[in-house]
Amino acid sequence: MFKESIDMVNNLALKVKDLTVKLNDQTIIDNLSFDVIKGETLVILGPNGAGKTTLLRAILGTIPSQGEIVWSVNNISYLPPNELLQRKEVLPLTVEDFYSLKEITKERINKSLVSVGLEKSIIKKRIAHLSTGQFQRLGIAWALVDNPDTLLFDEPTSGIDIGGTETIYSLLHSFWEKQKLTIILVTHDLSVVWEHADNVLCLNKKGICHGIPSQALTTKSLQKLYGVGVKYYKHNNK
Amino acid sequence: MIDEKIILAILMTCSIGAAAGYLGTLMLSKRMSLVGGPLGHLTLPGITLALLWGFDVSIGAFAMLLFAIILIWIFEKRTKLPLETLTAIVFSTSVAVAFLFLPHEEVEVALIGDISQLSLKTTLGSIFLSTLSFITVRKIYKKIVFISISEDLAKSEKINTDKYNLIYLLAVALVIGLSIRIVGSLLTAAIVSIPAATSRNLATNMKQYAYGGAIAGGLAGLLGIMLYKLFSIPAGPSVIITSSVLFVISSLFKKD
Repeated sequence: MFKESIDMVNNLALKVKDLTVKLNDQTIIDNLSFDVIKGETLVILGPNGAGKTTLLRAILGTIPSQGEIVWSVNNISYLPPNELLQRKEVLPLTVEDFYSLKEITKERINKSLVSVGLEKSIIKKRIAHLSTGQFQRLGIAWALVDNPDTLLFDEPTSGIDIGGTETIYSLLHSFWEKQKLTIILVTHDLSVVWEHADNVLCLNKKGICHGIPSQALTTKSLQKLYGVGVKYYKHNNK
Repeated sequence: MIDEKIILAILMTCSIGAAAGYLGTLMLSKRMSLVGGPLGHLTLPGITLALLWGFDVSIGAFAMLLFAIILIWIFEKRTKLPLETLTAIVFSTSVAVAFLFLPHEEVEVALIGDISQLSLKTTLGSIFLSTLSFITVRKIYKKIVFISISEDLAKSEKINTDKYNLIYLLAVALVIGLSIRIVGSLLTAAIVSIPAATSRNLATNMKQYAYGGAIAGGLAGLLGIMLYKLFSIPAGPSVIITSSVLFVISSLFKKD
């Protein structure tokens, strides 16, 4: 069940209760409940195949699910994983064409490009000719161009080196600070949790842990999430 | 002096070719260029019935396409088998059934088309319907591009992907039904996919690509019919060979 309502009375951006997702008779997400507060950065953490992308798709309402999903936000923007975006040479899609899917004026496109440190001149460039780093920046700019209050990002740094990854997260962090965004971020990168998350949701079909990273990420919960062999490393940043 | 039949043939082939080329640019982006082939073969029983009972082949082709699409959709829901598999089953069966009844003297007409008996009414009807398909798809073009980039992304932008995919598929079925008269059931994949590939070679953005497909399709229609008239070769193969030549020329000038 997918419900959308404007509930400005409480401070919740999203309430998920008893969410179950079955695809082809297989349970991908089993009875998951969690809340997201407005302005929070929630990182959804889990190994490959844990159901992270499925969870994003379910809360977006793009796949059928059981349980309760209640959004209390106005405008959600979503960006799928890099590799899922068809940007190969199939279509001669330029940056301008990409923005035109959202019916955005040229002036706003230029502002949007500059806001993520891209040159205005790339507007005529083909998407397929951008570097992975440029494409990720473009993705963020594109997701933010119609002023969403909530961002859903699935593995925003897949395929980028460590330096590029840090830049992307710093960029996201600066937008979060400036625009008071609610961010839900999927990753399997533990360092992202320590650096950027207010709360973490550990997912492996079921909810393994949820809360402030320093409290939720224990040796026990990590071993439950990734299997034995994963050690707890207390990070000092949060 | 150019006779009336040739003018009608040029008008009809250009309009259908342009619509097919335009729609084909989206087929390329959805990686379904080869779907035109099976869709064309699916029309064979409809063409056979039309030839046997003396009604318009495009009506027979379009009705059969609709029936086959519904059949594939039902099988997909029931069996969960891939669409390619089900399309292969249904189109092979269609060809087999059609050849049980198709009169020998009509085989060529059914397979590679025939424009020798065009009437003004048929031509105007074809121009109207191909223009209708063109305008309809033009309205939803960006949405279909969005869907082909990422279906999830499109859904997250509140785009009803099922609705737009269905509208697009119906427009494709209509254009293929119309093109049957020119290129027969064998060459339909070519009339939708070659102009798109030609345009893809030359276009540097989406606008050029979309309208380039229409221009390449229309031009292939015009030149193909002129060759048909000059050398008395069958019109369908003439249009497709012309389209292929345009593709080869475009590949010499391919943009990065």
